[in-house]
Amino acid sequence: MSEWRGDRQARDARIEAGRAHAQGKVVPAGSVVDLLEAILRPGDRVCLEGDNQKQADCLARGLSACDPGKIHDLHMVQSGIVLPEHLDVFETGIAKRLDYSYSGPQGGRIAKMLYGGQIELGAVHTYLELFARYFVDLTPNVALIAGVSADRDGNLYTGPNTEDTPTVVEATAFKNGVVIAQVNEIVDRVPRVDIPGDRIDFVVEADTPFYVEPLFTRDPAAMTETQILIAMMAIKGIYAEYGIKRLNHGIGFGTAAIELLLPTYGEKLGLRGKIATHWALNPHPTLIPAIESGWVKQIHCFGSEVGMDRYIRERPDIFFTGADGSLRSNRAFCQTAGLYACDMFIGATLQIDLMGHSSTITQSRVAGFGGAPNMGSDPHGRRHPSDAWMKAGREGQIVGDPALMRGRKLVVQLVETFGDKLVPTFVEKLDALELARKIGLELAPVMIYADDVTHIVTEEGIANLLLCRDADEREQAIRGVAGYTEVGRGRDRAKVEELRARGVIRRPEDLGIEPLDADRALLAAKSIKDLVHWSGGLYEPPARFRNW
Amino acid sequence: METLTFRHTTKKPLSGSVPSAITGVVASGNLEILLERVLPPDACEVAVETPIAGYGDVWAAVVADFVARAQPGGLRISINDGGARPDTVSLRLLQGARLMEA
Repeated sequence: MSEWRGDRQARDARIEAGRAHAQGKVVPAGSVVDLLEAILRPGDRVCLEGDNQKQADCLARGLSACDPGKIHDLHMVQSGIVLPEHLDVFETGIAKRLDYSYSGPQGGRIAKMLYGGQIELGAVHTYLELFARYFVDLTPNVALIAGVSADRDGNLYTGPNTEDTPTVVEATAFKNGVVIAQVNEIVDRVPRVDIPGDRIDFVVEADTPFYVEPLFTRDPAAMTETQILIAMMAIKGIYAEYGIKRLNHGIGFGTAAIELLLPTYGEKLGLRGKIATHWALNPHPTLIPAIESGWVKQIHCFGSEVGMDRYIRERPDIFFTGADGSLRSNRAFCQTAGLYACDMFIGATLQIDLMGHSSTITQSRVAGFGGAPNMGSDPHGRRHPSDAWMKAGREGQIVGDPALMRGRKLVVQLVETFGDKLVPTFVEKLDALELARKIGLELAPVMIYADDVTHIVTEEGIANLLLCRDADEREQAIRGVAGYTEVGRGRDRAKVEELRARGVIRRPEDLGIEPLDADRALLAAKSIKDLVHWSGGLYEPPARFRNW
Repeated sequence: METLTFRHTTKKPLSGSVPSAITGVVASGNLEILLERVLPPDACEVAVETPIAGYGDVWAAVVADFVARAQPGGLRISINDGGARPDTVSLRLLQGARLMEA
């Protein structure tokens, strides 16, 4: 009965059609459009590899140049909407439906296209969630991926930026899908086999090396005294308080400031070895001083970072590197590590409401959230204790049998009360709700739900939401650190002082921190150039960060 | 350009005897503050020149908190604002008062 093998036969037919444009598995860059038009079918689910860093850009250009008369109504299932071509395909009708996670640089355009009805949106996923659906109900028919090099058998070296590739290939190749990889070069022998060749059907030798965005480089020269003050409070009031050893940092300036204060302020507090030893984190250049001064024991990465390759290669005790010496990152594994093995997630957001719900989605930008909702959530499947986790659990437990108490992951929002152009971070109602209403989303795109958030840190102080006992206390605790925003000025002063007396709110002076000590002199590195010095010249920053 | 002036009565004069000080920088998102010890010991006046209109209430709140915290009696404070955020204003005011006490 042929119905059992229909998908397999369809796959064989696609590959047969593609062979006309290949020599063995190898396809010249100039034949990409022909190859894609031969392999794709209208309505296919397609994963076009692209996340917040690595882009299969040659294949993206090829897809956008296909004839919409032949290839149309594709369902794109991919992590990132990053390149213009990722949205061009929706304008021409090549693609119709979208499920994704992140859209950083295209955030403004994707908002307009969603409002304009040019994209049929499935959902804005977390990375892990989208990966999970690859194996259940969003399995790609065709995956278009990127690697550094391949041999003629299709053995693929993904290099340090492994990211989504293993997961996408696993789902596609083992469920009758076709996998096409673009590589920077075809070689006789790859340095390391990251993906075995029998999972790769075609290899395109790209016209230019694939694009990688340096997303995790924060220039210390741009750090403000306010960010330094917030970082001091976080280190003393949270890291030291809970003894946080295993953690994940977001990518903002606030957490970068923390990284740069560990070898100075953290050292002064005697915290080396007691906090921040094990990380799920991209190779942030701002972590170099902490690594070099012996703070950091181990780092597993989601992806890599432009310019960090040589440094990582020379620090194999810290990073996960292969026998060839280069980084092996893996987004799915690192997200899982962040979810289950870290005691704290600390990151930033654009909006926080009165209950503590947060979102990075505003009415003009739909940026998505990447992995934040996974790392920034308390995983109910966790079963291993740690001191930090148990302490947070005790603080949060109001009722119930103490013998059945479980811990809590710390989920910390570190924000300045005002963002760029004096836009308040604290709001009565998230823009995400308005967006959901306007475009008819069943689920509002909230990044981190209030019940997962344990602490909010601003320049005004720390609000410990675990210690709040009802909705009113929670609202006043949030208003109490919301500074001079309307939400902050709307506080009940007496109630806020009462919360402060109970330690629910802690001001810099309550933590023994003098705001005037928040000085740039405290930063272990004050410029990108300083970071290069700390690395012994191994860190090679991208051109746009070199100003000397 | 908006000009705002706030006058407060303080419980005491600011300690120290430095006659005047300047802190901060004229730059976008920052501010420059001139402090002068020229008023009666229980008076403080803060004059703000800001390029961003409509934040009078926020300035009033920041200045009132600063006065309550630092008790800057005797000071006339002139602020040349470059669109600084309230937290930066607050920090600079406290830095300025510290310089006058030195």
